[in-house]
Amino acid sequence: MSATTPRTPYEEFAELRAAQQATQAAPPAAPPAVPQAGHAAPAASHAHGQQHPIGLYLKIWGLLFVLSTASYLVDYFHFTGLLRWTLILLFMVLKAGLIIAVFMHMAWERTALICAILLPPLALGVLIWLMHAESDYTFLTRGMFFG
Amino acid sequence: MSTHVSSPTGTPGHPIGGWRGLVADWSSDQRAFQVSWGKVMMWIFLLSDTFIFSSFLIGYMSVRIATTVPWPNPSHVFALHIGGAEVPLLLIAIMTFVLISSSGTMAMAVNFAYRRQRKACALLMLATALFGVTFVGMQAFEWTNLIVNEGVRPWGNPMGAAQFGSAFFMITGFHGFHVTCGVIYLLIVASKVLRGHYEASGNYQIVEIAGLYWHFVDLVWVFIFALFYLW
Repeated sequence: MSATTPRTPYEEFAELRAAQQATQAAPPAAPPAVPQAGHAAPAASHAHGQQHPIGLYLKIWGLLFVLSTASYLVDYFHFTGLLRWTLILLFMVLKAGLIIAVFMHMAWERTALICAILLPPLALGVLIWLMHAESDYTFLTRGMFFG
Repeated sequence: MSTHVSSPTGTPGHPIGGWRGLVADWSSDQRAFQVSWGKVMMWIFLLSDTFIFSSFLIGYMSVRIATTVPWPNPSHVFALHIGGAEVPLLLIAIMTFVLISSSGTMAMAVNFAYRRQRKACALLMLATALFGVTFVGMQAFEWTNLIVNEGVRPWGNPMGAAQFGSAFFMITGFHGFHVTCGVIYLLIVASKVLRGHYEASGNYQIVEIAGLYWHFVDLVWVFIFALFYLW
């Protein structure tokens, strides 16, 4: 690119990406990727990208078993009230976090993807809050008129 | 990679427009976030599925809070009788462990896929599918028991609030449908892996993408287990 011709953002992006790929995709030990498939370039970068020791998966697996047992025991021992809710939701969030972060490899993804996927569901909090208030109101009016 | 950028979409800076441009933009390995399009698309599908399941669960929360009739106690409804003693929620606990185990085998399948150990990968995927079939089988057993023995219907049941049946069948039915689809998906990918379909390109990311879907099914069950069965 000569400095005299102004570049479009598209060109700049393509250039930037090519440079990034050149640094990321170190020559893999695997058989040479055939470029005709179209997937070949991602394969080269991902051959290293999501490779984690089996032991890590086994540890998470064990941890999920422990957490599931714990949440089952909450019911088995008839915990009630605030304690029950805290424990159930805590175990639920921990399990969900482990599955997303490790099994679905979210912990090693790019921040842009993490934000694009994990932030939108936060909007559900508003819906939960609205419906909770609404159904409380419904319950009260039902009690008043049909109770 | 630069070939994908230039060839099907026109020259850089001058992408082709109109319907041809639309087809080119949607079909030519366009990537966002430096992540392959297949993975991003699966994630976006899972995001939309998150909203579907959340809507079901929030709807269930609404009817459960709003009803003035006592909600049937899941601990007793889903209990198993072993040797005369009632063990609460036993079947559901076993289903949970089955699904978590399937997630474990799936994670290892992805690992072996990237190491290009085809046989180990396909075997682990088949094990995952087998766990999935077991899960669906147990769910069919649970549904049969509830419909035939307990008399639960979508419009009412003898144990309490009428909304119990509709919420239960809707949520677990939709989840079971996802598991069933996942089993079919896994079997297709596993057989392709076994036949060496991906050897030419050396790209085994499809296994990771299938894994994303499978882990999501497990993830949804975590929420159903906590919110429907343990509440």
